[in-house]
Amino acid sequence: MQRIAITKQAAEVLRQLKEKYGELIFHQSGGCCDGSAPMLLEKDGMYLDESDMLLGVVENIPFYMNQDQFEYWKHTHLTIDVTEGRGASFSLEIPLGLRFFIKSRLLTSEEEIFFNKSKQ
Amino acid sequence: MSYSKPEFKSSYGNFINGKFVAPLGGEYFENRSPVDNSIIAKYPRSQKEDVELALDAANAAKESWGNTSAAERAALLNKVADIIEANLEEFAMVETCDNGKPIRETLNADVPLSVDHWRYFAACIRAEEGTATELDANTLSMNIKEPLGVVGQIIPWNFPLLMLSWKLPPALATGNCVVLKPAEQTPASATLLMEKIANVFPPGVVNVVHGFGPEAGKPLASSSRVDKVAFTGETTTGQLIMQYASKNLNPVTMELGGKSPNIFFNSVMDADDEFLDKAIEGAVLFAFNQGEVCTCPSRLLVQEDIYDAFMERVVARTKAIVQDNPYDVNTQVGAQASNDQFEKIQSYFKIGKEEGAKVLCGGEANKLNGEFANGFYIKPTILEGHNKMRVFQEEIFGPVVCVTKFKDEAEAIEIANDTLYGLGAGVWTRDAHQLYQIPRAIKAGRVWVNCYHTYPAHAPFGGYKKSGFGRENHVMMMDYYRQNKNMLISYDKNKLGFF
Repeated sequence: MQRIAITKQAAEVLRQLKEKYGELIFHQSGGCCDGSAPMLLEKDGMYLDESDMLLGVVENIPFYMNQDQFEYWKHTHLTIDVTEGRGASFSLEIPLGLRFFIKSRLLTSEEEIFFNKSKQ
Repeated sequence: MSYSKPEFKSSYGNFINGKFVAPLGGEYFENRSPVDNSIIAKYPRSQKEDVELALDAANAAKESWGNTSAAERAALLNKVADIIEANLEEFAMVETCDNGKPIRETLNADVPLSVDHWRYFAACIRAEEGTATELDANTLSMNIKEPLGVVGQIIPWNFPLLMLSWKLPPALATGNCVVLKPAEQTPASATLLMEKIANVFPPGVVNVVHGFGPEAGKPLASSSRVDKVAFTGETTTGQLIMQYASKNLNPVTMELGGKSPNIFFNSVMDADDEFLDKAIEGAVLFAFNQGEVCTCPSRLLVQEDIYDAFMERVVARTKAIVQDNPYDVNTQVGAQASNDQFEKIQSYFKIGKEEGAKVLCGGEANKLNGEFANGFYIKPTILEGHNKMRVFQEEIFGPVVCVTKFKDEAEAIEIANDTLYGLGAGVWTRDAHQLYQIPRAIKAGRVWVNCYHTYPAHAPFGGYKKSGFGRENHVMMMDYYRQNKNMLISYDKNKLGFF
């Protein structure tokens, strides 16, 4: 069971970018403009520490979120999808004319017990 | 006058060292209008090399520009203001085309506010001076403000010309040279501006480089040849820019968005007068600029005693919003800026509903007719729920407001502050005590009291908490583009006595 999943189309784009850039991470951004969406970044490009929660791994790519933000997200399940778009951040899919975004749903009661009731 | 999509050339260049140049790698990207998804033009897909060229030009010009008199610099800023004003309708149409916002807003808000910002900073720089203090009979301490040198600026797509006009004037007024990267969603108005003002500044003083964040934005933000970076956007990118700045030991300013609460107390409904009418408009201002505002009043907090009556009026006013052809002067809400924003907003409708939010109106895309059928339109939406829902905590960046009720002052403040952000807030009341004490308790950099969505120059604007730091639109912004030189001068002929 994972807190995150990825659609086939998004996974395909991810594989293309992994080939080009090497090791990658996702970091969920808050804030305006390109925010409220995941950023795909080179692994060593972003300083990560204990304030970044690891939600899960998809296509060998870890997905992080700041812990303050996670407090408001932890009752939901996230699926990474991709669409045509024009983002403006440093997320690596932007030059392809694509943008990752998150589709969410509530955790099932089984998932809720597994993730939130057991020790992190 | 009737308005329509303006004519564009097939492609444009970067503005570097006083002229338009093609990207060195020869690559371009296509820019589309969200009004109808039609093509606008191609713009440079700049890479690191193009950014370096702009930095060469800016660094070469900085000594001379930094030593230009305040009077000369002010005159040039005023010239830019006059040029924008003289071409108001042209700028308004280009902005509507590129961003999707209604012409009613670009004509009456975006462009006039932009003009005023250039004039404001032209005025500020003329009225300034440093300080001199006699510390003792023999010692004089003098403070001179010096420019930093070269500034990198990365601006967003929600108010393209206005965001440029918030950023460039204070940096230029203080004697810095700039390399600015417009958002790739909206490169058109910055380009039009540079066409119109190409001969105003000496070459190298203002440079505009187009491109994608990872390819052009990142090299600019991380270059050791900029002395400061200013950024408006989202939190993760803000963090990255701060990281790069840490390697260069550079100062930065950031504006990263918000989830601003708009709070309505019982006394608002004490009378059915013009002020109540204003308050209802205040609540509906979540739809201004299609909700694509960092300070969108996206959380509506209504005191429980007036909740039903107030919301009846707010819902009715929202349902009456005219969403149509953005080039029509009667249109109040236009298109979202891009397809990915359009998709993101709809994904929030889905999770909001799943979390139990009730849709009071809207809650879906709006399919317009004819030529606008391919545009990115979202119906103004009101979701009713509680403050722990994700839709209440995250910037949806659409014409969406989430409403909840509160019992008393303490609960209003608690809910208002229960957010990671602290950019804007609105407080509406007729009570003299609440007018001061409620805003004072809210952790936000801008609290509108009995109003909302006004951005006059000389009212400092910026965030608390995860909304960033630094204050724009005010003379205090100029100090973020400067360093203080302290000259400590001794008139004492005698030595210290140490050696």
